[in-house]
Amino acid sequence: MPEPLTVVCSRSLVLPDQNLDTDQIIPARFLTTTEREGLGRFLFADRRDQAPWTDPRAAECKILVAGANFGCGSSREHAPWALHDFGFRVVISSEIADIFRNNALKNGLLPVVLESAAHAALLAAPWQEIEVDLPARRVRAAGQEYSFEVDPFGAWCLERGLDAFDYLLQQEPAITAFEEARA
Amino acid sequence: MSRPDPEMTSNPPTTLFQKIWDAHTVTPETVERPAVLYVDLHLIHEVTSPQAFAALAQRGLEVRRPERVLATMDHSTPTTAPLADGSWPGIDPQAGRQLATLEANCRAHGIELFDGRSQDRGIVHVVGPELGATWPGATVVCGDSHTSTHGAFGALAFGIGTSEVAHVLATQCLLQRRARSMSVELVGTPPADVSAKDLILAVLGTIGVDGGTGHVIEYRGAAVEALGMEGRMTLCNMSIEGGARAGLVAPDDTTFAWLEGRPKAPQGKAWERALDAWRELRTDAGAAFDKRVQVDVAGLAPQITFGTHPGMVMPITGVVPDVPGEARELEYMGLAPGEPLQGRPIDVVFVGSCTNGRLDDLRAAAAVLRGRKVSPKVRTLVVPGSHAVRRAAEAEGLDEVFRAAGAEWREPGCSMCIAMNGDFVAAGRYAVSTSNRNFRGRQGAGSRTFLASPATAAASAITGEVTDPRGFLTEATIHA
Repeated sequence: MPEPLTVVCSRSLVLPDQNLDTDQIIPARFLTTTEREGLGRFLFADRRDQAPWTDPRAAECKILVAGANFGCGSSREHAPWALHDFGFRVVISSEIADIFRNNALKNGLLPVVLESAAHAALLAAPWQEIEVDLPARRVRAAGQEYSFEVDPFGAWCLERGLDAFDYLLQQEPAITAFEEARA
Repeated sequence: MSRPDPEMTSNPPTTLFQKIWDAHTVTPETVERPAVLYVDLHLIHEVTSPQAFAALAQRGLEVRRPERVLATMDHSTPTTAPLADGSWPGIDPQAGRQLATLEANCRAHGIELFDGRSQDRGIVHVVGPELGATWPGATVVCGDSHTSTHGAFGALAFGIGTSEVAHVLATQCLLQRRARSMSVELVGTPPADVSAKDLILAVLGTIGVDGGTGHVIEYRGAAVEALGMEGRMTLCNMSIEGGARAGLVAPDDTTFAWLEGRPKAPQGKAWERALDAWRELRTDAGAAFDKRVQVDVAGLAPQITFGTHPGMVMPITGVVPDVPGEARELEYMGLAPGEPLQGRPIDVVFVGSCTNGRLDDLRAAAAVLRGRKVSPKVRTLVVPGSHAVRRAAEAEGLDEVFRAAGAEWREPGCSMCIAMNGDFVAAGRYAVSTSNRNFRGRQGAGSRTFLASPATAAASAITGEVTDPRGFLTEATIHA
């Protein structure tokens, strides 16, 4: 179970590239594992010898600010597993791909989509201190405050450290009724 | 104000997507809660399922409907022949453990598995349709983004994460927000010498790599209706490359003729009843889409990608465009704006994948290669999408065409599309590939990929450089 996620404060690691797909987040050659833990060491494996990953501050960052259309491509949940294992709790972009966003919300990783001016301001200031306030739906940085929207159910689970699986399992009577009505 | 049409007011026109969504809604969504959506067919493979079975074990849960689950081995399987016991000699030990884990999980939960011994094994999105398991109007999910392939049958089919694989195993349902609807209409008649792959690449060039995000695409227009099922699968397969949740084609007589008699399709009276229901599966006239795009395909030239995502695509006769913000991507590819791609030397050709690993695709490649030799500088891999595709190709002698041309004729699997089974493109090398992703490192760390049709891949294998296939096609060999 992920820890409850409410307010996250940290320096930001900035990856300005657009379209950072899940093959780049964790290349397929690391997907023969049957585990979900310990994948942080493979995060952006083909870029870890380059900036900003080589900066000692990278290891402390809980907030990733990335270019548009983050997490596109493959559905591999290994991508949010690797990001979370590395230490990230929030990904901020101007656009986040559908499957990645769904996967992130189930793994203690908050996907934040900001409008483009706010996104550009955060992209332009790497390593700055950012506060992400999930209950208030606000991002605060450099004296500015930006609002964001997030799926209310995903947020409800994240804030309480709840697993959506438990909620789904409670729907059993409705599922049985549906199956019987179709039979 | 005009008077409302009485029929319209009593029965508002709806999209195909909406009809399938409504028919599978166990509990409707609210502002606070997603819908509970019922899943008809759940496909699983070795890479994205082990942690899902572990989640079930941790909670002491069973698989709710094992008869609605089909499993195959495809992503990490070598494309060499397995031993009689179904194991692969020399397989990476961790990949071997992953396959063994799938086998154990399927045995424990009574799930049908196409393993190394099975003559039905193949890529998950090739196997499901060819067995007749993918039905019009059904919901189909898999821990794989190219599940959109099954939308070719008018099924609502989409990729899910491993947590959701566990959800479906345990409850046969998913928590889902309804996507928006998007119409992509192909306008005009494409030339006979361009393929479905060229059509979808042209669509991606128009909508961009994120133009479908948050949407389910329905492909429409006479050019779509004219495609066979294999072409429709190629079209829907790459919907995810435009960010779309799913791609759909309304089922028609082409669909029904393809499905009839397949082992997992409805049989006898059930087939007749199914047909009646399936004929209703189309978007009503006047139904509103949230987004509409038209793509003119009349006079379309073969398409090829030049960058590091499938939206970076151009006619093969063109020059590399100067795309704002993509300079570093061109640098990765070793290309500069204004350069032609035609004539650029290549190192590898890959014909295969869930995009282009079906019989029609192999026929198109063979039509170009017949009686010719691949360049000695190019490694050419032909990987059928399944054993059934392999058998059908061999029955037509296509394997002999490939071998005689100097290409490798391999065992089925995902192979060099995802490069996790030992088949890969070396750093800095160029591949013309019929697969679906030209992402950085997708075909191996540092690999550079040009995505194209099977005909373009085959023509490029012969010359050893990026080549327009139209000079190699005679009227008799053209596949529309």
